[in-house]
Amino acid sequence: MSAVDAPDHESWFHRNQQRIAPWLFLAPGLLFFMVYVIIPVFQSFNLSLYEWDGLGTAEYVGMRNYEDLYWEWVDRDAFFTSLKNNLIWLVLYLAAIPAGLFIALFLNQTVWGIRLYKSLFFFPFVISQVVVGLVFTWFYDPTFGLLNEFLGLFGLGPLNVLGDERFVTFGIIFAGLWPQTAYCMILYLTGLNAVDPEQIEAGRLDGAKGARMLWHIILPQLRPATFIAFVVTIIGALRSFDLISIMTQGGPFGSSRVLAYYMFEVALSEYGFRMGYGAAIAVILFLIMLCFIAYFLWSMYREERGH
Amino acid sequence: MFPKPIEKQPRAAQITYQAMLPLALLLWLGPLLAVALFSVKPEADFTNANYWGMPSSFEGAFNYGQVFFNSDMPRYLLNSFLITVPTVIGAVALSCMTGFALGIYKFKSNLWIFFMFVAGNFVPFQILMVPVRDLTLQLGLYNTKTGLVLFHIAFQTGFCTLFMRNFIRALPFELIEAARVEGISEWRIFWYVVLPLMKPAIAALSVLIFTFIWNDYFWAVVLTQGAESQPVTAGITSFNAQFRAAYQLMSAGSIVAALPPVAMFFLMQKHFIAGLTLGAVK
Repeated sequence: MSAVDAPDHESWFHRNQQRIAPWLFLAPGLLFFMVYVIIPVFQSFNLSLYEWDGLGTAEYVGMRNYEDLYWEWVDRDAFFTSLKNNLIWLVLYLAAIPAGLFIALFLNQTVWGIRLYKSLFFFPFVISQVVVGLVFTWFYDPTFGLLNEFLGLFGLGPLNVLGDERFVTFGIIFAGLWPQTAYCMILYLTGLNAVDPEQIEAGRLDGAKGARMLWHIILPQLRPATFIAFVVTIIGALRSFDLISIMTQGGPFGSSRVLAYYMFEVALSEYGFRMGYGAAIAVILFLIMLCFIAYFLWSMYREERGH
Repeated sequence: MFPKPIEKQPRAAQITYQAMLPLALLLWLGPLLAVALFSVKPEADFTNANYWGMPSSFEGAFNYGQVFFNSDMPRYLLNSFLITVPTVIGAVALSCMTGFALGIYKFKSNLWIFFMFVAGNFVPFQILMVPVRDLTLQLGLYNTKTGLVLFHIAFQTGFCTLFMRNFIRALPFELIEAARVEGISEWRIFWYVVLPLMKPAIAALSVLIFTFIWNDYFWAVVLTQGAESQPVTAGITSFNAQFRAAYQLMSAGSIVAALPPVAMFFLMQKHFIAGLTLGAVK
C-alpha cells in the first residue's frame, strides 16, 4: 500500500482511511445480505427442530422432523420421490452442456445473418420459466399438442406426458433443458471466440480433425466456459421449481415433486403450514447444494491462489 | 476458428448449411411459434378443433386488446416494472461499493467475505423461504412491492458483488496508486476514478438483473398475493384461471408477459452477453 506521509494535523479518519474505507463501502451491501440471506440460512436450521404453523408458538421437537423424513424415505413416500426426482434432474440436466456445445459449434460460422440466428437461438433463456412451462404444457397436451401431432404422423400416440407418472419428470426436465441449453450455448459461443487460432492451425498441420481436434485442442481451451456451464446447470437443476409448479403442481399423484417443490407444498400451500417440517426439507436440499458450493468455492480458491 | 469455416468448404456443404440454419431455428423455436400462432386465432378455431391449420380469421388485435383492456394484465406489468427497476438500481449501487471494497483493498477477511457473497448466491431459495417470509410479515411488508424489492436487492447483491469484484480486479491498479499518491481521498477515488471505468459492468449487470427479477416466480408467490402487488409471472396464473380454456387469450397473455425481457435482450444484446460471461469466463 502506498504510504502517504500524513501530516500530524490530519484527522484520525484521514490517517486511517485506507483501513476504514473498505468497511464503509461494504457496510450497506453486507448488512442487506446478512439480514436477508446469511442469517435466514441459520434460522431455517434452527426452525427445522421445531413444529410451527407459522402463527402460534413454535414447539421444540428435536430431531423429530428428520425422523419423519426418514420414515417417508423408508416408506418410499413423498420425500423419497422428491429426492429421487432431484437426482434424475441433476443427471439429465447436465445434458444441456453437450447440447449447448453442439449448437454453439453449429452456429460458430460467419455467414450472412448469423448474429441474428445466434440471438434467436438464445431466445428461450430470456423468457420466464413460467412462460416456458405454459408453452410446454401446451406442447405436450394430449388433444392438440404439437408433440402428439408429430407422433400421430408415425401412427403413434396419443401420449399424455404430463399425466403419466412414468414420463412426467422427464417431460418437465426436457422443457427445462430448452432454456438451459441456450444458456450453455451462449457460454460456449463466447468461449469459442477466444480460442487461439494458432493452436488450431498447429493441430491442423498435425493432421487433427473433427472430433480429435475438438477433444484435444478445443475443449481444453473451453474449460472456463465448461466450468461456468457446469455451475449454472447444477444450480438450475436443484432450483427447479417454476416449471413443476406451472406444469403439474407436483402431480400426477405427487410423482413429479422435487425437494424444492415439496418443501413449498408442505410449508405454504393448502396442504398445511408445517413450517418446521418444510425447514427440515430445505435443510436437506441445502446440504446437497452445499457439496457443490464447496466444490465451486474450492475451484475459485485455487484460481485465486494461482494469480 | 473451429469448426472449419464454412466458406472454405465445398459449395454443396455451404448450401446445405444455409438451408439447415432456418430449419434448425424453426425446430428450436417451434413450441414458442405455436403459442404465437395460437395468440392470433379466433376462439371458434379452438371449438372446431382447428388447432394447427391457418387461423380462420386473424384475431390478433382482438386477443391482445382483451389482454390489455379486459384483464388485470396491465396492472401486473406495471407491478413488474415497479419491482424490477428499483431492484436493479439498488443491487447495482450496493454491489459497486462492495465490489470496490473487495476488489481494491487488501485486508485479512477479504477473501472470506467475497466467498460468503458467492456461496450465498448459490443457496437454494427454500432455505430462505420461511425466515424471509416471516421477516417480511414482521416488517409489515408482506404483499407489498417494497417487501419483494428489499429481498431481491439483498439476494442479487451476492451475484453482483461477484461480478463487480472480478471486473474491478481487472482494472489497472496503477490508476488507484497514482490517485493515492496525489492524496485523493478513497471516496473520491471510488467516485471519480473507478466508477466511470465501471460503466460497461454496470450496463451488463443492469440488463441481466432486469431479466432475472422480471422472470422471478418463486418469491413473487411467497411474498405477494393479490393483483395490487403481484408481478406478471405470478399474475399470469390468475390470468389463466380467469380465461380458462381460452387458449388464444392465454397465449396472448404469455407473449405479453415474456416480451419486456426479450426486448431488453435485443436492445442491449452486447451488454447482456458480456454480463452472462464476463463475470466468469475471461
